[in-house]
Amino acid sequence: MEVIKWQKETFSALRRQGIDLVCHVPDAGHAKVIEMCEADNEVDCITCTSEEEGIHMLSGAWLGGRRGAMLLQSSGVGNIINALAMPNTCRIPILIIVTMRGEYGEFNPWQVPMGQGTPACLEAMGMRLYRAEEPTQVAPAVENMARLAFDSQQLCAILLSQKLLGAKDFRELAK
Amino acid sequence: MAKKITKKHVSKPNAKLKAGELERRKATKAILGDTDDFLIVTGLAGAKDDVLNATGANPSNVFPLSGAMGAACSIGLGLALAQPDKTVLVVTGEGELLMNVGTLAAIGAMEVPNLRILCIDNQRYGETGWQPSHTLRGVDLAKMAEGANIKSVRTVTKQSQFKEARELLRNANSSTFILLKVAATDPGKLAMPAERDASVWKTRFRDALGVV
Repeated sequence: MEVIKWQKETFSALRRQGIDLVCHVPDAGHAKVIEMCEADNEVDCITCTSEEEGIHMLSGAWLGGRRGAMLLQSSGVGNIINALAMPNTCRIPILIIVTMRGEYGEFNPWQVPMGQGTPACLEAMGMRLYRAEEPTQVAPAVENMARLAFDSQQLCAILLSQKLLGAKDFRELAK
Repeated sequence: MAKKITKKHVSKPNAKLKAGELERRKATKAILGDTDDFLIVTGLAGAKDDVLNATGANPSNVFPLSGAMGAACSIGLGLALAQPDKTVLVVTGEGELLMNVGTLAAIGAMEVPNLRILCIDNQRYGETGWQPSHTLRGVDLAKMAEGANIKSVRTVTKQSQFKEARELLRNANSSTFILLKVAATDPGKLAMPAERDASVWKTRFRDALGVV
């Protein structure tokens, strides 16, 4: 499958916002953006052993003057709850893009609890959320949530809905 | 069943140094040397106090944690990637490091030649009542660091190794892990006043680096 337009636009929007450090715990929905990051010599693309590591890495990078973002899936959101206390306490900007599972057309029941709990958990830790349901919403969301994060020192998450990603075609995204 | 630890190890620090043991404040200060050679991230509690004891209060090249247990190494990793021309040193305790020990793998899987970790191992959770930590029960963090592909690893148990450790922290050309084994004695609280607002530490740190 050719690279889906919104994924290309996501990568371009991240780069336009000066983001050159992308950490991730691999996910099929992010696979093409991860590939594009790996292919760009100007971008450090880092595989985390756990999502909380990514939040702390982004915090450290920003301490050193570098802008980063993390790509993760909703099933990993539970791993960052405690980690968000640090950028929250220190007023350090955070930008994450979450591929949603456990909602529109989910086939795996194990994905449902954390997927359904994701918005409330992130909001409880002080994150600002934007949920994209349509492909055309993604790139503007990345641009504007990056501004909210880095210009206004906020913790920001973009949720890519399962309707957008396509539950049935989920494995296709990685091909 | 978990291995039982003898009663004397539980709930209190050792009253005094045993023969050959290293005292953490003195050992850390000696190994750090001139702290201006580094950007330093500290783990919470004992490690933070060990570093501030060496630097004096409110240094601009130190970002100390008073929470976020398990975060020190990954904050150091991010900082090292952002400041490749500086030497970034993470000073933390073994309990803090064990909470996210997978970060050693994240570091070992990359080339981060300007990242150093000094792990002060007293084999106790000193802040919470001196309960035994896993390193008292046979876990070897230096071996875990080696297994995580961190190229330069040392275990320091005596004063005669300080010089090599001090030089390695400055001159190694690969990511470096030094496990400093210290006594489970209570060094006491620092007398110096330190800023409590973490966002002030953050801003001062970034201002000193000149980043916007």
